[in-house]
Amino acid sequence: MTRSIERVAAVGTAPERVDGRAKVAGKAPYAYEHPVERPAYAHPIQATIAAGRVRGIDTARALAVDGVHTVLTPDNAPPLRRGQDAELEILQAPDVAFRGQIIGCVVADTPEAARHAADLVAVDYERRDHDVTLASDRPDLYRPGEVSHEADTEDGDVDAALAGAAARVEAEYRTARNHNNPLEPHTTVAVWDADGLTLYDSTQGVHSLRSAVAEVFDLDESRIRVLAPYVGGGFGSKGTAHAHVVLAALAAKRMSGRPVKLALTRQQTFTLAGYRTPTVQRVALGADTDGRIDALAVDVVEQTSRVKAFAEQTALPSRTMYAAPHRRTTHRMAALDVPVTSWMRAPGVCPGMFGPEVAMDELAERCGLDPIELRLRNEPDRDPETGKPYSTRNLAECLRGGARRFGWDARPAAPRQTRQGEWWIGTGVASSTYPVHHAPGSAARIERRADGRYHVGVGAVDIGTGAWTVLGQIAADALGVDREDVVVTVGDTALPFASVAGGSSGTTNWGSAIVAAAHGFRARFGDDDPPAGSEHTESAPENPDTERFAMHAFGAQFAEVHVSADTGEIRVPRLLGVFAAGRIVNPRLARSQFLGGMTMGLSMALHEEGVMDERLGMVVNHDLAEYHVATNADVPSVEAEWIDEHDPHVNPMGTKGIGEIGIVGTAAAVANAAYHATGVRVRELPVTADRFLTA
Amino acid sequence: MRVNLTVNGERRRADDVWEGESLLYVLRERLGLPGSKNACEQGECGSCTVYLDDVPACACLVAAGQAEGREVRTVEGLADGDALDPVQQSFVDAGAVQCGFCTPGLVVAAHDLLRREPDPSDEEIREALAGNLCRCTGYEKILDAVHSAAGAR
Repeated sequence: MTRSIERVAAVGTAPERVDGRAKVAGKAPYAYEHPVERPAYAHPIQATIAAGRVRGIDTARALAVDGVHTVLTPDNAPPLRRGQDAELEILQAPDVAFRGQIIGCVVADTPEAARHAADLVAVDYERRDHDVTLASDRPDLYRPGEVSHEADTEDGDVDAALAGAAARVEAEYRTARNHNNPLEPHTTVAVWDADGLTLYDSTQGVHSLRSAVAEVFDLDESRIRVLAPYVGGGFGSKGTAHAHVVLAALAAKRMSGRPVKLALTRQQTFTLAGYRTPTVQRVALGADTDGRIDALAVDVVEQTSRVKAFAEQTALPSRTMYAAPHRRTTHRMAALDVPVTSWMRAPGVCPGMFGPEVAMDELAERCGLDPIELRLRNEPDRDPETGKPYSTRNLAECLRGGARRFGWDARPAAPRQTRQGEWWIGTGVASSTYPVHHAPGSAARIERRADGRYHVGVGAVDIGTGAWTVLGQIAADALGVDREDVVVTVGDTALPFASVAGGSSGTTNWGSAIVAAAHGFRARFGDDDPPAGSEHTESAPENPDTERFAMHAFGAQFAEVHVSADTGEIRVPRLLGVFAAGRIVNPRLARSQFLGGMTMGLSMALHEEGVMDERLGMVVNHDLAEYHVATNADVPSVEAEWIDEHDPHVNPMGTKGIGEIGIVGTAAAVANAAYHATGVRVRELPVTADRFLTA
Repeated sequence: MRVNLTVNGERRRADDVWEGESLLYVLRERLGLPGSKNACEQGECGSCTVYLDDVPACACLVAAGQAEGREVRTVEGLADGDALDPVQQSFVDAGAVQCGFCTPGLVVAAHDLLRREPDPSDEEIREALAGNLCRCTGYEKILDAVHSAAGAR
C-alpha cells in the first residue's frame, strides 16, 4: 500500500482555480502570446496530393513577396536525425504520405506575408493513386505489434460458446473519425540562439516534448527549454509532439536568433495535430436465459497513417467490463494515405465503449431484462483480464444510484412507447470506465522561501483540467499547512521532470511526487516551518499495489432522447453521469471536468464526423463551421454526480483520474435512448436524423 | 496604412497595417492586447468577441481598416484595475473557466447580454451565447455564471 497523505483538509474543498483570474481578465499568456523581440512568422506549405512525391518546388514568386525571408523545402531544410519518429522528420525527403503533409514553410515579417507567399509556391508532384478508404474486408489488414497492451487476447472457446448461447447478439458497430479541436489551435514560438532552443508551446507535456525535439534535432536536452504555463485545451492532440513544432524550430534555426512564431490555422489542425481513427467493431455476445454472458468477442478494424503506426486500443475496455468465461478481442489495422492518427480524449476506451455498450442494450432486450439488471448480473468479482482483484469497483453503485436519480424505474420496458406531439421519447443507459494510469519518474521540488510560503515546482501542464489548483491542495495537506501558504509553479522544463498531461494520470503522477517530496521535506527539516531556503526534491516512488490490483474508474451514463417523428431530428434534453473515480480533490473543478467530458460525448454522439472525400483524400469539413461540436443549445441539462469512493491502493491521494471517463459511454447511452424512443437501432456514429427516416 | 482607433478608452495608432489584416490581428500583434483569442478565423467560435462601438463583434471578421476612428473594448478593458467585472468574477466562482481560451469571448458576450437583459432566462442566455464555442466545460457552468452575474449586478 502507498503511504497516504495524513491530513485531508485542503483536499476535498473547492477553492477557485488559481489561473482563473488571469484567464477571465485576458491576461494569461498562451504559447503564441509570450512576448518576444521582433518575431518572424512561419506558415507551413502543405501537400495538395495524398500520395506521391514532390518532383520540384518553385519558390521564386514566394521569395519575391515583400517581407519574406526564406522558404524551407526538402531541398534546403537543415538535416534532422532520422529513423525514430517519421511524423517529426519533416522536409528530409520528397515523399508525400498524406494530403496536407508539410512539404515546406515560408518565414516572413508578418503572418499575412508568410501565408500569402505560401500560396505562391508552385509544386510539381509525381502522383501515386491514393488509398484512404477504411473497410473491414480489406485484404491488407494487419495485426499491430501492440495496442499499449497485447493486440489480441483469447480465453476459452468463443465460437463454440456463441453457438450454444440461448441469447445472442452479433452486429457491426462504427464510430466516426473525430477531431480533437481544442479551442486553442496548436502554436509554437521558437527561439534558437546561443543559449540553445527555447520553445513556448501549446503542449500537454513540456518534458516529453523536449525529449522528442532533442531526439529529432540530435541536441542534448539541457540545450532545450520548453514552457507552457497556459494551454488552451488539448484532449490528446497536444500530448505528443507534432510536425509543426519541428517546423517552427527548423525555421528558428534558419533565422539564427530571431524568434519565430507559428500558429496552425484551425483547418491545418485537422491534418497536422492528430485525430481519432474511425473504427469498425464487430461485437458478439452470447448469454444464458438469465442473461449471464458466456461469450464475448470484440473484433476491431481501424486505420493508421503510412507515416507512423498508431494503434487505437479500442477493444481494451471490453477486457475488463464484464465477466465471461469465453472471451476474445482483436485489433486489425489498415495503413492508409491519411494524416497521422493519434490520441483523443480516452483513446480506444471512448470508441471501444460504443459498440459493446449498445450490444449490451440489444442483449438485454433479447433476454427480456432491464439493461441495468443485465449489467449487474455480469459484474465480475475480479478483473476478467488479469484475474487480479479490483482496488475498488463501484460500477453497480453508479448504475443503481444513477437509476434512482434519473427516474429509471418509470421507464417502459419496450421501445417506441412514449410520444409527445411530434416527439418520440426514450431513455438509455451505458456503463463507463477508464483505467488508472501510472507513469514513472515525476518529481517535485519544495522550497520554503523568504515570503514564508512553500513553493512547489513540478513540470506538469494544466491544459484546463485544474491540475495547477489541485496540486496546491495536495501539497498543502502533504505539508500540513494551509492552502494559502503554498505556491505551485508548473509548465516549464526548468522544473523537475513530470509526465505528460494525458491518460487522466496527472493527479496520480504529479500528486504522488508532491506527496513524496513533502514527506521528504518534513523528514529532513522537521514539522515546524524551516528557514527560508530549505529545499527538497523527490520523485514519486513506485507503487507496488499497481502489480497486485486492477485499477479502474467506473461510471454510469443516462440519457433522455427525443426524436422527431416528422424530421428525425434528435435532441438530448437530459444527461446524467454518476462516477466512481476515487477521491475528488476539488468538487468545483471536478464537476466541470465530468460535465465537459459528457458534453464532448454528446457531441460525438450527435455531431462529430470528419468526412473524407475519397477522391481528394482529405477531410472536407475541416473547420468549425462544418465539423460541428456541441454548442450551448445542444445541451439543455447535463448533471454529473459521484459516489464517495475510498481507494487506498491507487496512489497516496486516493484519486483515479477524471479527465476522460466523462466522455466514455455517453454516445452509447444516447444511441440506446434513441432506440428506446423510436425502435430504430442505430449502430453507427454520429446518430443523425437520416437514420430515423424509415421510422 | 495607418489605423487610428480607441481601445479600452485609450487613443491608439497602428502603422504599416496591411489592408487585409483583421482587427483581431491588430489588437493581438500590434497593440499588445492578446486577450481576444484567435481560434477559428471565420467567426464560428466567438473567442475573439470584442465590443466595436458598443456592439459585440468577432474581431477576426472585422477588417482593420473598418475600425478606423471607432471605439473598441476588449476583455482587457472590462475590469476596473484589479477589480474584476461581476461577469468575470462569476465565471471564476462558478467554475465556468477551464482551459480559458473561449473565456474572453464568452465574458464579453455575456457582459453584453446582461447590459441588454439584466435577468435573462436560460433560453435567452443560450441564444445570446450561441456564437461562442467551448470545448471544455459543457456550458452548464457558463449558464450558472451568467445567472450569478445577473444577481450580482
